[in-house]
Parts: sequence; C-alpha cells; structure tokens
Amino acid sequence: MPYKIAIASGKGGTGKTSVSVSMQHFIRKQFTNQVQLIDCDVEEPNDILFFPNAKKKNSKIITQRVPKIDKNQCNFCKKCADYCEFNAISIIPSIKMAKVNSSLCHSCGACLVACEQSAIKETEQPIGLMNFYHEKNHINLIEGELKIGSAMQTLVIKEVKKQASKQSQIILYDAPPGTSCPVVETISDVDFIILVSEPTPFGLHDLKLMVELLKELQKPYSVIINKAGIGNRDIYTYLKQEQIEILGEIPFDQEYATNYANGSLLKTIPQKISKEFEIITDKLIKRVYA
Amino acid sequence: MMEMTILSGKGGTGKTSITAALSGLVQSAVLCDNDVDAADLHLILHPDIIEEHAFASGWKAEIDTSKCKRCDICLSHCRFDAIHTNAAEKLVINPFQCEGCRLCERICPEQAIRSEQYTNNYWYVSNTRFGTLVHAKMGPGEENSGKLVTQVRKKAKEIALTNQKEWIINDGPPGIGCAAIASLTGTDLALIVIEPSKSSLHDADRLIKLIESFKIPVFALINKFDLNLELSQSIANYLKTKNIPLVAKIPFDKAMVHAMINKQTIVEYQPNSNISKEIKKLWHKIQLSTHTIDLHPTI
Ligand code: SF4
Ligand code: SF4
Ligand code: SF4
Ligand code: SF4
Repeated sequence: MPYKIAIASGKGGTGKTSVSVSMQHFIRKQFTNQVQLIDCDVEEPNDILFFPNAKKKNSKIITQRVPKIDKNQCNFCKKCADYCEFNAISIIPSIKMAKVNSSLCHSCGACLVACEQSAIKETEQPIGLMNFYHEKNHINLIEGELKIGSAMQTLVIKEVKKQASKQSQIILYDAPPGTSCPVVETISDVDFIILVSEPTPFGLHDLKLMVELLKELQKPYSVIINKAGIGNRDIYTYLKQEQIEILGEIPFDQEYATNYANGSLLKTIPQKISKEFEIITDKLIKRVYA
Repeated sequence: MMEMTILSGKGGTGKTSITAALSGLVQSAVLCDNDVDAADLHLILHPDIIEEHAFASGWKAEIDTSKCKRCDICLSHCRFDAIHTNAAEKLVINPFQCEGCRLCERICPEQAIRSEQYTNNYWYVSNTRFGTLVHAKMGPGEENSGKLVTQVRKKAKEIALTNQKEWIINDGPPGIGCAAIASLTGTDLALIVIEPSKSSLHDADRLIKLIESFKIPVFALINKFDLNLELSQSIANYLKTKNIPLVAKIPFDKAMVHAMINKQTIVEYQPNSNISKEIKKLWHKIQLSTHTIDLHPTI
C-alpha cells in the first residue's frame, strides 16, 4: 500500500500548492520516482501550473447519479419527497408536477427506495473532470476539476483519489482550503498530514481551526511554517504550547515568490529553500519507514 | 441599499485585509463575514458579540448495537461508506462520513438506527468600531453547504433594512463551490481581488465564469501588483476582454502584515500610504459607478 500524505492549510494562500509541488519534486530527487501528486483542491486546481512541460494524457468525466421521475408511472404520492432530506424533490399532484433539482441532490438513493411505483430511475450528470498529466512518460499529476456551478466537490475528490496508482510508494494529496467536508474527504484515509501555515494572525487562527479538526479525526500531523520571517512569533509560541512538531520552516524569499507567480517554481529553487526542503523530505521518509 | 461581495477565487490574496479596510471607509454599512469556514475578519474588527445563535447542520445517524441483528441492509444501502464494522464486529457509523440522508434509519427492520441533528455551528451579531458585523463559526468537519452563509446574509440584510443602512459588505469565502454560490446569489455587486500570479488569474477566471452566470456587475483589483508587472499587465488585459473595470492596483507593502498584527486596517495603520490612497480611490469609483449601472434590470 502506498503511504498517503495530505498537505492541508486551513485556508488558502499559505503556500499549500507550492509545498505540495515542491514535496513531490524533492521526494523524487532524494528517494523515489514512484510518487504521485493528486490535486484535491477541485474548486481551484492549480498544481498543473507548476509543470510547464507536462502533457495532458487524458481526461475522464466524473458524474453524479441524479434521479429522474417518470410521470407516467408516478402517482404523486410524495413519498420520495418525504424521504429526501435535502429538499431536492418537489411533487405537486394537482398540476402533475414531479421534479428533481439536481443542484440540491446528494445522490443518496433514498428516493429510489421510497418509491413503490418504480417511477424513479437514475441518470448520470456530469459534475467535474479528472485530468491525467504526464511528464517524462509517467503520470505525474492527477487533477480533479469541479464543474463550475456544481456543489459536489466531495464526490469529485472521492473519485479522483481512486485514480492513484497502487504501485506508487507515496501519494501526495494537495487538499482544499478550509476545515469543512471537502478537507475531511481528502484526509479521511491518509497516513500523515502536513499543515502549511504562515506566521501571521490569520495564519495562526486558521491553523488552530485545522488542529481542532485533526484532533477530532485523530490523525497524525506536523507543521511547515511557510514565509518564515514575515509577521510575528505567536505561531511558534502556540506550537510549543501544544507540543506540535515543526517539520520545517521555509523562509520568505522574493525570488521564490516571483518564481511561484510565474509558475516556474521548480526551475530554480534558491539554495536556502532547497536545503530546507531536503531536510523536510528526509524527516518525512524516516516517518514513512518508521 | 446595496450589497457587495468581495471574493478572490482562492484565499490568501489579501481579500480580508481589503474588506476590512473598506469596512472602515464605508459609512452606513452592515458588515458580514461569509467565509464561515475560516472566518478571519473578526481578527481585525475585534467584535463585541451581542447575540449568539446555534445553527443546526444536518443529521448524523447512530446505530444502537444492542438492537442491531447484523442483517447488513443499512451497510449495503449507505452510499457514503459511512457504516463500518468495529473491532468487536459490531456496526458503527463514522459521523464525519455520514451525510445525514437518513436512508439507513428508514430501512432498518429492527429500528436500531436513530439520527440526531447536530448543532455544531454558531452565528453571531456583534458591534464593531465600524458598525454591526454578522459572522459565524462552523464546527470542524461540518458541511459548508452554503446554508450558514445564507443565514448570516439574511440577518445582515434584516439589520440593514431596520437601521436604514446603505450598504452590506460581504467578505466572501474562497473557491467556487456551495459557499461561494450562496455568497453571490442575490447580491448587487462583486469585487474580485486578484494577485499577479498565474494561479490567482486561473482561480479568478473560474470565479468570473461563475459570476457571469449570475449576471452581477463585477469590479476587480490587483493586489501586490508590483510583484510581477508583466503578469499584472496580462491580468489587466484579461479584465479588458471581459469588460470588467479594474478599480485599483495596490502595491506590495509589508505594512499590510504589520497592520494585521496590530489588529488594525491598513487605512487606520497608515492612512497616508499609497495602499490606503488606492483603497479610498477604489471605494470612490465603486460608489460613482453605482449611480450609473442599472442594478436591477428588467429582463
Ligand atoms: S437521491 Fe437522495 S438527495 Fe437525490 S433526490 Fe433522491 S433522496 Fe433526494
Ligand atoms: S414516490 Fe414514486 S410515485 Fe410517489 S411521488 Fe415519488 S416518484 Fe411518484
Ligand atoms: S439495518 Fe438495522 S439491523 Fe440491519 S445491520 Fe443495519 S442497523 Fe443492524
Ligand atoms: S444517514 Fe445516510 S449517510 Fe448516514 S449512515 Fe445512514 S445511509 Fe449512510
């Protein structure tokens, strides 16, 4: 079984994507080629921007099962609407209306069980894509992309995660921001979580929310402080108090920030940053084989 | 009354710092933090909470193992893989995976399953130095379905109407999912904060596609524009093709972080800085344009 690591952050903009992409780069350099990166930030997938030479190998459509009511069979008993906890079904017998609102439907299947007239069939509706990117003949990156207007990010994440190769030794998940269900879905089966934070009041606040979640989920984690040097020391005090391990500190660096902006992050990595990532990777590998 | 939502595609572009700065400039406003998942606006506004309300999220199912006969009907019907066997071979439900569809409860022949409604979310009405703030805190791992966002916006609107305020300023959530959709539905204006990076432009593009489907007037600003002038120029060009007015170009300045550490808005911290001037100008432009755009066109 591959060892699964999620890179999460509580909120966006702390450098989760640059850490994810760099981690893959350094694991490959120092340890194994069998490392896949999965972009689970399906609302705004960005990892691919840092692989200018990668080619899209193929894409698959991800669908959701949405029920459809056959009005010739339906007797408008409303049982399906009663079963639907998400208010996705409206039945109005007087005008013979029986409608499913696909943007509210969670594809739970309850209405199918409810209907005694076999009036409900499921249809497949697209909610996103998974894209497979190749670099030098192996799949480097798998990306989930939520269809604009769809609200089914959790399902898209679930499907994309299934695509990782079982032959990989390490799988990295770039998690979505926040602490709600898409994050929970991403980290539900991982062995370890890297939290990326920055030493500012916003960074600290969002880190605390994330720690609260991970305590509930009882998952092992440690923290990378990104943009070290900006902001203040409050985050260090907090981590010490809570006895949370600092996996590494990536110093704020103007050149690195510019490379990030251009998408040429991996082309030239400043010495002091690559050194830090090498140490982090070593620590991680030890953990994988602990 | 007008309602403006500030969004950015992804977090970390400085959206909240800018929302906070605008909060201090807009006279007669109700402020509203729609980023209920990782609310940060309160760190600058330090609100005095005057009302606290619990907000029911969905249901979570639970199995009474003493009644369960292990027919496994529930197990085969749950589409969210939320039902598992534990070490003692009993069936248990993982609350983080349960979507609360209540199907298992309805089909269990032994009536061994009960669902309970979780109230793990809270929303608040607070006083701040810039007026009323409506904000929320979501329990960790909850579903950010947009319902809580809709609730805080509803309250903000109520307060704005009762107190005859001219503006509601929403600090929006990141992304383009349920929370962003709930944050945009029915607002009058959107302001997008973009950074000069490829990823920020990529995110903004997806967000703009979403906003276009709502047909809401959009403004944009580039934050830290001088970090990469070339990319800032391509963002400006992109905005032109989309007919979106670029209302401000805000320079990079560590003062932004220092203001945050001081729990102040940049306009309070350095009122005469270039950033503050740009933000004042931006607010002026938005105010002016609201006199000319038709906010509620009849179709
Ligand atoms: S599948 Fe579930 S959510 Fe969808 S309409 Fe049926 S009962 Fe409602
Ligand atoms: S349960 Fe079946 S028959 Fe009854 S209203 Fe729904 S679709 Fe029609
Ligand atoms: S359906 Fe009821 S009795 Fe059957 S396994 Fe599930 S909880 Fe037990
Ligand atoms: S309520 Fe729905 S999601 Fe939860 S355990 Fe039961 S069937 Fe599964």
